[in-house]
Amino acid sequence: MSSLRLTALDALHRALGATMTDFAGWDMPLRYGSEREEHLAVRTQAGLFDLSHMGEITVTGPQAGEMLDHALVGFVSALGVLRARYTMICAEDGGILDDLIVYRLREDAFLVVANASNAQLVLDELIARAKGFDAVVTDDRDTYALIAVQGPESTAILAKTTEADLPGLKYYAILPAQVAGRDVLLARTGYTGEDGFEIFCNPGDAEAIWQALTGAGEGHGLVPCGLSCRDTLRLEAGMPLYGHELSTDLTPFDAGLGRVVRFDKTTNDGAFVGRKALEKAAAEAEANPPRVLVGLVSEGKRVPRAEYTVVSTDGAPIGRITSGAPSPTLGKPIAIAYVDAAHAAPGTTVAVDVRGKHEPVQVVALPFYKRAR
Amino acid sequence: MSNPQHLQYTKEHEWLTAAEAGVSTVGITKHAADALGDIVYVQLPEVGDAVTAGETCGELESTKSVSDLYSPVTGEVVEVNQDVLDDNSLVNSAPFEGGWLFKVRVESTDELLSADEYDALTNPQG
Repeated sequence: MSSLRLTALDALHRALGATMTDFAGWDMPLRYGSEREEHLAVRTQAGLFDLSHMGEITVTGPQAGEMLDHALVGFVSALGVLRARYTMICAEDGGILDDLIVYRLREDAFLVVANASNAQLVLDELIARAKGFDAVVTDDRDTYALIAVQGPESTAILAKTTEADLPGLKYYAILPAQVAGRDVLLARTGYTGEDGFEIFCNPGDAEAIWQALTGAGEGHGLVPCGLSCRDTLRLEAGMPLYGHELSTDLTPFDAGLGRVVRFDKTTNDGAFVGRKALEKAAAEAEANPPRVLVGLVSEGKRVPRAEYTVVSTDGAPIGRITSGAPSPTLGKPIAIAYVDAAHAAPGTTVAVDVRGKHEPVQVVALPFYKRAR
Repeated sequence: MSNPQHLQYTKEHEWLTAAEAGVSTVGITKHAADALGDIVYVQLPEVGDAVTAGETCGELESTKSVSDLYSPVTGEVVEVNQDVLDDNSLVNSAPFEGGWLFKVRVESTDELLSADEYDALTNPQG
């Protein structure tokens, strides 16, 4: 008996022979063929993703912006209409509940996209935090399917299916548009380190849009891509993943992402959930930096994986791996780790305890990969 | 299923050829290779190593996971597949052929599965 949720594209994935996996209660494509080839296709040409598991929440009303300023760490009301921002929702104690993308659809309407694993929690928190504000929080998880086209060819591919002004659509912007004749929200966002688009559409239109993009992708090297390569793509790009680099035990400052916390907000007299704890965390991070999030590159073949211990060259534990994988782009194993500040300088040689054997690795600055612009 | 009839199998997804002059070839099944995904690191026993049926003798690492390699038989390793050590993807592309892992001079075997029994194990719905 499977109680997994299926996306609107489920039949298509099965017809394509996808290996499926349970991801946060959703039955999602892990890979269609070789995850390495899918990864390289996104880096060099283009890949097509079903991301319908992501959790869409809409906030509307005259005080929608103020409400989100109160609920999130970002300065959401300062966001221009049709622009997007990476932000977080924290607990009163400053712990990260989720990282989010917020799109401003209109003056009084915002689309909040949460991780699938946290979507219910984020929804519940936003509803609770909306009390006292003239704003309505709507669960739109079933309203949208989400399809992403990522990679250097994505503009050329998408252009064959839409009249929308793609060159005019900036990075971290969104536009109501038509793709394959269907109304969508078209955003220039992604989680791969490449240029690309995310298409929020009616689930009933998802298959038509997927097929239109597949057709448009012929001659451009477009391949369907699963969550496995999405993870290695974001890892190379140094992007955090909730449950790995981010957790309730950590503040944004611990994760090296203090910049998302906007103490300079002017709404609600600057008050927001978690402010007090976050001010303390910011001061601590300044005075006495805790472990630092760094990149590690191995010259060996064995892969440092999440939860493995990082050790100094004399074998003392100095940190832990949060994510690790063989990097298809670098051709070497890479990892992200929290390590003691004393060992965090790029160029430092440390080691990872790989099932009892200490494999030497070098500390590098994140990201591992940055696309040429 | 694509499991060759002439091989024997373990529950841990290794396959074994019938012994020729006392030597059998060992590999992992297509089912296992598909489940692992792209294999990025293969550690095999060395020639001369003694391996024991049901005990680990190496490991296979893929993008997403690490799996122990279990020896299906007890005996001495007489050859390892250098091609696989040089090009791990052979295990994915040809698990029953060019992707074999090592050859062993068999002293004894545990209970092994026939192709039909292994099919039933990996594809219970038939």
